[in-house]
Amino acid sequence: MAQTVAAFKVDYFQFLKPDGKLVEDQQIPALARDHDRLVELYKLMVLTRTFDKKAVALQRTGKLGTYASCLGHEAAHVAIGAAMREEDCFAPMYREYGAQFCRGVKMSEVLMYWGGDERGNNFSGPAHDFSWCVPIATQCLHAAGAALAYKLRKEERVAVSVVGDGGSSKGDFLEAINAGSAWKLPLVLVIVNNQWAISVPRSKQNTAATLAQKGIAGGLPSIQVDGNDLIACLWAMEKAVNAARSGKGSFVIEMMTYRLSDHTTADDARRYRPSDEVDDAWDKEPVKRLKAYLIDQGAWDEEREAELLEECSRWVQQAADEYVEQVENHPEGVTAMFDYMFAELPHDLAEQREYAQRFPEDGGHH
Amino acid sequence: MAEITLIEGVTMALARAMEEDESVVVLGEDVGVNGGVFRATAGLHQRFGDDRVIDTPLAEVMIAGTTVGMAAQGMKPVAEAQFCGFTMPMIDHIMCHAGRLRNRTRGRLSCPMVLRFPSGGGIHAPEHHSESPEALYAHMPGIRVVIPSSPSRAYGLMLAAIRDPDPVIFMEPKRIYRWQKEEVVDDGEELPLDVCYTLRDGNDVTLVTWGAMIKETMQAADELEAQGVSVEVIDVATISPLDMETIIESVERTGRCVIVQEAPRHCSVASEIAAGLADAGVWHLHAPVKRVCGYDVVMPLYRNEMKYMPSVKRIVHAVQQVLEVS
Ligand SMILES: Cc1ncc(C[n+]2csc(CCOP(=O)(O)OP(=O)(O)O)c2C)c(N)n1
Repeated sequence: MAQTVAAFKVDYFQFLKPDGKLVEDQQIPALARDHDRLVELYKLMVLTRTFDKKAVALQRTGKLGTYASCLGHEAAHVAIGAAMREEDCFAPMYREYGAQFCRGVKMSEVLMYWGGDERGNNFSGPAHDFSWCVPIATQCLHAAGAALAYKLRKEERVAVSVVGDGGSSKGDFLEAINAGSAWKLPLVLVIVNNQWAISVPRSKQNTAATLAQKGIAGGLPSIQVDGNDLIACLWAMEKAVNAARSGKGSFVIEMMTYRLSDHTTADDARRYRPSDEVDDAWDKEPVKRLKAYLIDQGAWDEEREAELLEECSRWVQQAADEYVEQVENHPEGVTAMFDYMFAELPHDLAEQREYAQRFPEDGGHH
Repeated sequence: MAEITLIEGVTMALARAMEEDESVVVLGEDVGVNGGVFRATAGLHQRFGDDRVIDTPLAEVMIAGTTVGMAAQGMKPVAEAQFCGFTMPMIDHIMCHAGRLRNRTRGRLSCPMVLRFPSGGGIHAPEHHSESPEALYAHMPGIRVVIPSSPSRAYGLMLAAIRDPDPVIFMEPKRIYRWQKEEVVDDGEELPLDVCYTLRDGNDVTLVTWGAMIKETMQAADELEAQGVSVEVIDVATISPLDMETIIESVERTGRCVIVQEAPRHCSVASEIAAGLADAGVWHLHAPVKRVCGYDVVMPLYRNEMKYMPSVKRIVHAVQQVLEVS
């Protein structure tokens, strides 16, 4: 007879149902009653969505390069940002604008980045935060390294990284789990599971029942939450971040959500994704859900909603104008590509920089 | 006869190779239902099914490592990486295993794989999508590096790469994926690897280039011809192993050489060609060999990427410099 030497389970948490009502048979965290806080976070979610829509529109009119939309991820992203302190370190992938807005990154800076202007990378917000990370899952290990630095220096800081369901297939992610486990690092790894890695669905990434259990394999406490439920996301994030901060080691949270947009503006999801699946996902989306809850609680109403939408459009338009003004009227010169390569410009590069100034015209026409 | 683009040349060669050899399989992220982010594998999944056109999990190390494994066991995998920047994690398997398997096993095992990916900049892509890492691959013993620059060479060289018994890195210049159309017969005829292609004959100067820079180089050649300079243009096509013979033969006649590449200059393929000329052709040179390259910097985001790229003006200027020396 085999002896069971280890057994595991993965818990799933949802507090706010798609219809905006609280689930009945569960202990609801206190933050569900903190209406003021929820309203603030709701506003941020709406701002994020308004921003996203504008960014896609800017891309469609040729004012932005390829852009990665965050439509449908607002609860997950805002919760991640809201649970963190300024001194913590964020290592995002490329679509967690909601989290970054919490941390002080400006909308115009995000636009600059996707608009092909390097200055967007030098964003406002904590200077120790990492920039957008395009090579999938590599950011997880940077967060592990940051966490190791904090641990070695005995600082009460936490590193948080985000990876996609697709990215959870990469060694880097699993290696970050391993590092977090081996060194008991103050590290929180969030899988934002939006079900698709471009055209490859979650079911084709692997056949494990959850992605969270990859954390368990590495020895980390790991849970799943409804990623469209802001309350569940924030509750889980706060628990994990606080525990990590107090020396309890690393955590994995899988947030179950859905990508309501194309993968990026260069993608056409209709080629590979059934439309009824998308329609179904719209019924569960996070903004509508929190709004219904807040209205139900008497903490929000349509009048304030209308005001908010108007305000958000105004702020987003302002950010877009700032962006266009910067990149069109004050473009970064050709020398900028040399200036940040080294602390001090090496002789050889100084020569190339001088030559580039003599030949400033474009090459390599498309 | 069909008029096709460079990327369609790739697709046509993949389909032809899969049809004639059951052991050829295509794998990579989004290569199946979606037909690849650039549509290089469009239609193949419908035609050949799940077992021949495999959508992989998002994991380049896995793609590279399993490709080596399959190849060593008698399959002919053609793996796609979505962009050049994402092949960096694959280097471990390419360098430590693919390139050495035949040698390490004294010929007992081999690695007849192709790793193909779009490379180079110029399409306004986000960061890590626009690098030209041919020198990295060319530096690896046991690896062939092939870069086509026209629809017919894409077709012919891809067929040759798939049929080749050793590992081939097939870099596709994505900026010119859809630049020209050419009539290409789908006759299964491959083009020879390991040789340069002379695109234009001339007597005064040899321009050596490959991939997307063919475009600016040909334009520069046109401008120079209009000024009365007779220009020979060579498309290197196989970067490694390098056909120095063709280049030396040309430079022996013209006495002057300018090498044009999009990649950074330092320790690059252009440097290797210049060194090869110094080695063999120095007595025939009337002027120093010039390199017109990308700068030794990170490929800038798109607002400045065109300023990074060698321009027609830079090429013409370099040619004028070598012509001034008599
Ligand atoms: C190492 C690497 N390989 C491939 C890509 C191209 N790519 C960009 S996003 C993406 C899919 C990512 O899916 P997922 O991790 O689920 O995150 P999502 O974008 O859906 O949020 C791919 C394949 C990349 N950026 N990096």
